Amino acid sequence: MLIAAAFATLPALSLFALLFGRRAWSHAVVYLGCLGASLCLLAGGLVHLGGHPGAAPTLVLPFGLPWVEAHFRLDNLSALFMVIVDLSAAAASAFGIAYGSHVPEPRRVTPFFPLFLFGMNGVLVADDAFMFLVAWEFMSLASWALVLADHTRAENRKAAMVYLTMAGFGTFCLLPCFGLMAGPGGDYTFAAMRVHELAPTAGFLVVLLVLLGAGSKAGLVPLHAWLPLAHPAAPSHVSALMSGVMTKVALYGLIRVLFDLHGEVGWQWGAAMMVVGGVTAVLGVLYAVLQDDLKVLLAYSTVENIGVAVIGLGLALAFKDSGEPALAALALVAGLYHALNHSIFKSLLFLGTGAILTATGEKSLNALGGLLNRMPWTGAAFLVGAAAISALPPLNGFVSEWLIFQSLFQGPSLPHWAMKFGVPVVGALLALAAALAAACFVRAYGVAFLGRPRSEAARGAVEVPAVMRLTLVVLAALCVLLGAMPVVVTDSLSGVIAPLIGVHFPVSADLGWPWLSPVGATRGSYSGTVLVMVGALMFGAAILAVHGLGVRTLRRAAAWDCGHVEDNPASQYTGDSFAQPLRRVFAATPFRARETVEMPEPGDLGPARHTVHLIDPVWQGLYVSLGRLVDAIADQVNRLQFLTVRRYLLMMFATLVLLLLVVAVRQP
Amino acid sequence: MEQHQALSYDVAHLIGATVLMAGFGLLYQRRLFAVLNTFAFQALALAAAAAWQARIQDAPHLYATAAIALVFKALAVPFALHWLVEKLGIHRTVETALSIGWTMIVGVALVALSILLVLPVTAGAAALTRESLALAMSVVLLGLLMMITRHNAVTQVVGFMALENGLLLAAVSAKGMPLVVEISIAFSVLVAMTLFGIFFFRIRERFDTLDLHYLETYRGDRH
Amino acid sequence: MNAAVLQLVQIVLVVALAPLVTGWVRLVKSRLNGRRGASPFQPYRDIYRLLQKEAIVAHSASWVFRAAPYVTFAAVWLAASVIPTFSTDLALAPAADLIALVALLAIARFWTALAGMDVGTAFGGIGASREMLIASLAEPAMLMVSFSLSLIAGTTAPVKIVGFVLSGGVGLDVSMGLALAAMVMVSIAENGRIPIDNPATHLELTMVHEAMVLEYSGRHLAMMEGAAMVRLTLFMALIGCLFAPWGMAQAGGGVDGILVGMGAFLARTFVLATALAVFETAIAKMRVFRYADFLGGALLLGLLATIFLYVSEAV
Repeated sequence: MLIAAAFATLPALSLFALLFGRRAWSHAVVYLGCLGASLCLLAGGLVHLGGHPGAAPTLVLPFGLPWVEAHFRLDNLSALFMVIVDLSAAAASAFGIAYGSHVPEPRRVTPFFPLFLFGMNGVLVADDAFMFLVAWEFMSLASWALVLADHTRAENRKAAMVYLTMAGFGTFCLLPCFGLMAGPGGDYTFAAMRVHELAPTAGFLVVLLVLLGAGSKAGLVPLHAWLPLAHPAAPSHVSALMSGVMTKVALYGLIRVLFDLHGEVGWQWGAAMMVVGGVTAVLGVLYAVLQDDLKVLLAYSTVENIGVAVIGLGLALAFKDSGEPALAALALVAGLYHALNHSIFKSLLFLGTGAILTATGEKSLNALGGLLNRMPWTGAAFLVGAAAISALPPLNGFVSEWLIFQSLFQGPSLPHWAMKFGVPVVGALLALAAALAAACFVRAYGVAFLGRPRSEAARGAVEVPAVMRLTLVVLAALCVLLGAMPVVVTDSLSGVIAPLIGVHFPVSADLGWPWLSPVGATRGSYSGTVLVMVGALMFGAAILAVHGLGVRTLRRAAAWDCGHVEDNPASQYTGDSFAQPLRRVFAATPFRARETVEMPEPGDLGPARHTVHLIDPVWQGLYVSLGRLVDAIADQVNRLQFLTVRRYLLMMFATLVLLLLVVAVRQP
Repeated sequence: MEQHQALSYDVAHLIGATVLMAGFGLLYQRRLFAVLNTFAFQALALAAAAAWQARIQDAPHLYATAAIALVFKALAVPFALHWLVEKLGIHRTVETALSIGWTMIVGVALVALSILLVLPVTAGAAALTRESLALAMSVVLLGLLMMITRHNAVTQVVGFMALENGLLLAAVSAKGMPLVVEISIAFSVLVAMTLFGIFFFRIRERFDTLDLHYLETYRGDRH
Repeated sequence: MNAAVLQLVQIVLVVALAPLVTGWVRLVKSRLNGRRGASPFQPYRDIYRLLQKEAIVAHSASWVFRAAPYVTFAAVWLAASVIPTFSTDLALAPAADLIALVALLAIARFWTALAGMDVGTAFGGIGASREMLIASLAEPAMLMVSFSLSLIAGTTAPVKIVGFVLSGGVGLDVSMGLALAAMVMVSIAENGRIPIDNPATHLELTMVHEAMVLEYSGRHLAMMEGAAMVRLTLFMALIGCLFAPWGMAQAGGGVDGILVGMGAFLARTFVLATALAVFETAIAKMRVFRYADFLGGALLLGLLATIFLYVSEAV
């Protein structure tokens, strides 16, 4: 009931924003409303997870197409993703209350923001293909409009164009996917799809299409190209939702189809997903570590994290098909845990970037620096987010990566040689991605928040309003909490996946409460809770010992820097110089990174220049050549516009005869 | 007895793995002399492998193989090549067609491939034979890889001889191969021929002559 | 004896022993170089001296700079407390396995690198950037070693691996050999030893770890140096416990067992320390862009160790 009311509120808010958009106060009202609605939905999801495990209330409403009713259903999986979506949505709405008036044209944002939330939540509760796709399109189009919010910039228009194309492609794939699952009977409810047995070819096509359709929305390589263009183009609180949450809705689509509706996916698909996930993770973080624009960096890092979660999903599929439900449950829990974690710290980091934008108007790393001294709250919260996304214990990012590693380490028990050899390679890719992510966020944090300010804007930064600070701090606290209390999360997640895998998986059974030992007490265990407590004790002991044994005086002085006294902040390492060793080592082959140095002649007063050229292999190889192909075909087809009437009639006649022939041949 | 035998096979495989690691070492090196030293080390490990097999198989003729490997490959060839490189004033860095990192990744892929190939072929055989064969085949493939990815004539010769080390490793590890001694001598002679043949052929190909006088003029002006 | 008591002993032991291990490495190196060298107890005096000096902090530094030494030290100390040194009967052992160990060391690195960038000097940036390059390959390599060990021993917990090795579950395995080689390479890199980094250098352009802690002084520097010393001891204990745990006391071993375990631990550590000194004396530091080949090699060795398991044992 609460959920339905919250749902109804969102379109109403959108309408309100359209009507009263001219009034300055209307934006705050809309965001407040969104905050309320998403908090209700969040509560609904949590109550469902906590209160009615296994129950799945359904609702049938008489709208939609004339002969199809709209089916809704809230099961554990939907509820979990509802929690994921609405946690971040609440944070973004709260942030928007203060931030919404800072965006260039607030009136282009507020009407679509509630619709975006509406679409995402709608996908989660849809129980037939029609509602699913309608909600999916609501989500896509609303976010497309949000990407276009700052439409005066040419790159944003390009981003929106690419995004629209890719969103269209995604739906284009999902439509036949559901069609195949519905079968010739054409019953589009999910309940019918669950019982419908798929022929081998159809089953193959369904998996392929859902991987293409939902994978393009999630940002799997090579379908990721739109993501780093579109996510940063939107206002920061929307970017947070697109990166942190919309990609999770895509993962929801994947899980819903692959684990629930389809039911019998072969292990080969699991292996393929693991490889795609591994490649996505490494390429995503490699892109990220080279970026100068903080929002683009975060968007690429989303690509990485989706890859990590997809490794977990693929592994779960492989285990499930090989008759290892317990391990499948572990891998799926790991993947879902990572999805939850990523939604939290990615929202935190994007909103933190929004705070930086508010304070300085800059999002280029090379124009920032020294912000921690000027924005202590934002800086501290961002540090927690950066540490969490770098998978450092005791924060949440580490727990999910630990679980994924633990399930990967069980991979060689699978009976297929491809998996036995593939799993270590995927493990190496995942480890590489995790280590590079740490490098990426040390760079981002170090350049943006530490050191000395590199521009006037950064020097004059002041802390953002209390609402924004509070949002950031709450998200940071969640990162700590979900990391320090992992067993609570894994226990509730194992309830979520029980219907999908068929086993209820007591993740913490062996050693009792604070110890996470998923594969059995002897196979390795972790306890964030204990580590936090002991680590804090040791930290305190170190401080006490040092202050007890030594002197406590502290003097501020100029930096020593090996005796080079240098006042110019330009002498610091920039983001580009920090990335240079990584660029040379890792990007030389995949991105063909080349550096050119222009050194002026002696006596010439012009500046020396160091330029880096990167080529995105996916963009150049796949998209540009595809674009050329489409252009070439269009040129050919274009000729059809200049024919005589007689020829057009001939073509229509030929088509008619052809279709009649098809009918004649196919008649039983 | 069982325990004892298992241990001696473990040692054999460890030595085999050392030969393989030396194969990776060859791919890893950037300087010519380091390549030669690594090659000498590989030959030394090979000699040790042969000697150990002679001991555990109770096959004295393998001692001869070990001695040949030690004298000829671990000492004579590296010294000769060392001398040649100095004498001919050859560029002392390894010229790579594929960067070192990528060569090593391909190398690991080749090892995985040889394991995959060996596994079904020897499904009935004991784990011991499988491991030896997989090791030997990997060494052979790494030698080939080295010949393909390194420009310099000397490194190509070294690659070829590393390949041959792999063959020898396979020969000594399999029980009851009576011709090992003969094979090793024949191969060694063949290698010596090839060594100088390729060497001089490549030099002539590059400079149209073997006359050192021309080499001096062309130094620093390679095409 | 009680696991909690043993845990406390270990927590104190690793910190108490660490300066001696470093001092010993320095002494052996000086002897090999033909110098007399300082007493192996010199690092204790150095640390005490640093504690007595006032700490100087640059104007531009934030609280990250001041917190980093303590966070780094605590993270390394915690990591050193959970791996078995003389006994496997540790109360904290289930809190962190090998993967968590890698991550605990990553905390230390994360904070040290941030501290290097905090003051806003060129050298701090150089150090942080290179350190992250090294970590980007060393960390995966160590995880691959964990992978192969977990396949061999069926667990990622160091304590359980020790038990497995001691019960004779593993012979002279090729995979163990490869994993050991990879582990040694990783340890060299993680501790900033030659040929990756030179702990004794302050030659400006070759520094990595020293560049990051360049701005530290007084008690902060003492903590950073202390963390480096504990880390060295930690890696020696780790190599020892994973590949040569003989003599280690197990639960229910009594006081005798613990004494034997302690003796074996000290012996292992000093053998490894001597070996490190000899190795460092014999080899030259490599260029920065060779790191990738060296550590990439370690990563591939770890991968090979895993792959080779399929041949030797029908996993």
